[in-house]
Amino acid sequence: MKAEEKKQLAKEFYTSMYRIRRFEEEVFEFYKRGLMPGLAHLYLGEEAIAAGACRAVGPKDYIGSTHRGHGHLVARGADTKRMMAEILGKGTGYSKGKGGSMHIIAMDKGILGANGIVGGEIPIATGAAYAVKYRQTDQVVLCFLGDSASNQGSFHESVNMAAAWDLPIVYIIENNSFGISVDIHRVTKEHDLAKRAVGYGIPGVTIDGNDVFLVYETVKKAVERARKGEGPSIVECKTWRWQGHHVGDPATYRSAEKTEEWKAKEPIGNLEALNLLKEEEIKEIRDAIDAEIAEACKFAEDSPYADASEAYTDVFSE
Amino acid sequence: MRKIMYRDAICEALDEEMSRDENVVILGEDVGVNDGTFKCTKGLREKYGDLRCKDTPISESGFIGMSVGMAIAGMRPVPELMFNDFALVCMDQICNQAAKITYMSGGQTKLPMVIRTTMGAGRASAAQHSQNLHAFFAHIPGLKVVMPSNAADAKGLLKTAIRDNSPVIFIEHKLQYTQEFEVPEGEYTIPFGQANVVCEGTDLTIVATSTMVRHAENVAKELAKDGKSIEVIDPRTIVPLDMETILKSVRKTGKLLIVDEGHESFGISGEIALRVQRDAFYDLEAPIMRLGLADVPLPFSPALEFQLIPDKKKIKAAALELL
Repeated sequence: MKAEEKKQLAKEFYTSMYRIRRFEEEVFEFYKRGLMPGLAHLYLGEEAIAAGACRAVGPKDYIGSTHRGHGHLVARGADTKRMMAEILGKGTGYSKGKGGSMHIIAMDKGILGANGIVGGEIPIATGAAYAVKYRQTDQVVLCFLGDSASNQGSFHESVNMAAAWDLPIVYIIENNSFGISVDIHRVTKEHDLAKRAVGYGIPGVTIDGNDVFLVYETVKKAVERARKGEGPSIVECKTWRWQGHHVGDPATYRSAEKTEEWKAKEPIGNLEALNLLKEEEIKEIRDAIDAEIAEACKFAEDSPYADASEAYTDVFSE
Repeated sequence: MRKIMYRDAICEALDEEMSRDENVVILGEDVGVNDGTFKCTKGLREKYGDLRCKDTPISESGFIGMSVGMAIAGMRPVPELMFNDFALVCMDQICNQAAKITYMSGGQTKLPMVIRTTMGAGRASAAQHSQNLHAFFAHIPGLKVVMPSNAADAKGLLKTAIRDNSPVIFIEHKLQYTQEFEVPEGEYTIPFGQANVVCEGTDLTIVATSTMVRHAENVAKELAKDGKSIEVIDPRTIVPLDMETILKSVRKTGKLLIVDEGHESFGISGEIALRVQRDAFYDLEAPIMRLGLADVPLPFSPALEFQLIPDKKKIKAAALELL
């Protein structure tokens, strides 16, 4: 990669990751202030995966997302105002307050839907890949899933079919080691989940999910393969979620030291350490994002709730 | 009018819709090379190609979920679930995903998909291949539920289902596939939410679904010889449910018998009865009666099975009790 290209990418990655970071911090704040109904599953610490992977696809491609999906949407360029409004249950949100944190769907950004059922999105994303193959467009699908979703039957069924029919999809496993409180090491023998690819006859690779350049380059290769009609791949990204399973979970089931260890190699710090961006460039990005997120928060807080009659609409489509 | 088999009427509807709209795609177990377990997709793979009539592995969650994704991406998938019992393997994709995504997205996405599946006891198939789960589906907001009782309705309703923009559970009765019915030639559709008044009468209303419609009609014919006038109504779609036609009939006859092959408890008969007593209470001349499947799993042996299923004899006895 040329130095100039690398620098440009670094800027984009920094912007994307910092936007996710700030967005999630403010979601947490809303929760603590009692302004957010329900719960949210924060992406803090995992920013490099969404930022790197989403940069590897184009605007016409599809994204399947998870309950921990804010990062995917932000990286995809979804409107942070409408996202935050949705999280606060406001009528100006993407789904007029009917979906909330776990179900932010942004069809205009090719987001097929975040999903409240672990593994629920995997067959859905695979179906979109089938549609692409049928229509013979050159689109691809990125399907994000967590380590625990890889133990759902829906993962096996979907990857098997995608492999059998060479569907244009990349399964990105965000392996943060925990399914709520259960350490994957306690419930799964082989801890490198990408090795499962062998059983499906497709490529699989395990990488450091906190290295945004590595995520980007790895996913890009898998995307190119898919676009050429050569079929699906599995990219497993090892990472760590800083917070508990959701905003109300103190995560007492895992060691605080481990979290500190991972924080020391967190994605934004990793990128800064490459010295591709000058301090003033970083400051410029941060200031702009801080202002954008502040505006998103204000928009969400100031927005009205949907009219009560809205509860009865959108059950069926005309 | 020409007479054709129920399964051929289904196949005609699929063929016509596939030729009309290239977004219509069939997928499921044995739908391709084998023409469908019940031969409802005969010749379609040959005519439209492997990708449009796709044999899937035995992965119900997988291919029903894929259909959801295809629908979001703008296609009109028509997956076949061989037995409605198998829907219980993939209820997440049906009830949590297909039924709710339009709502959860605030209407950002339509979800045009038709799950064709089968119901029905009476084939010595035992408890996991004989269930009638229509009430179960009807309980979930976001799903439309269709139960055609003859081949002509099956064809017209299936074409409507495929053109609908919401998920539809289309429940065919296994005992009818090889029965012949009169089916009009050419293009026609039947709207949802429009009950069929099978025969008119003034003494008793029988609301019947699926195969029970024909039993009820035969009872009406028999009792007509004794001067009894029975009106038989086939709702055809459970969601949406045409209560107007049912209420109009009950207001005329004052008596109602509901016959449905679902389990008697917590089923659609209870729902219809509640709505009738709410909206036509002062027109009722007798308590509403119902016949359904006894509340036990279906046994294998015909000697045990048939006593549980409503039939002409049982319907006649119940009708006479009300008359």
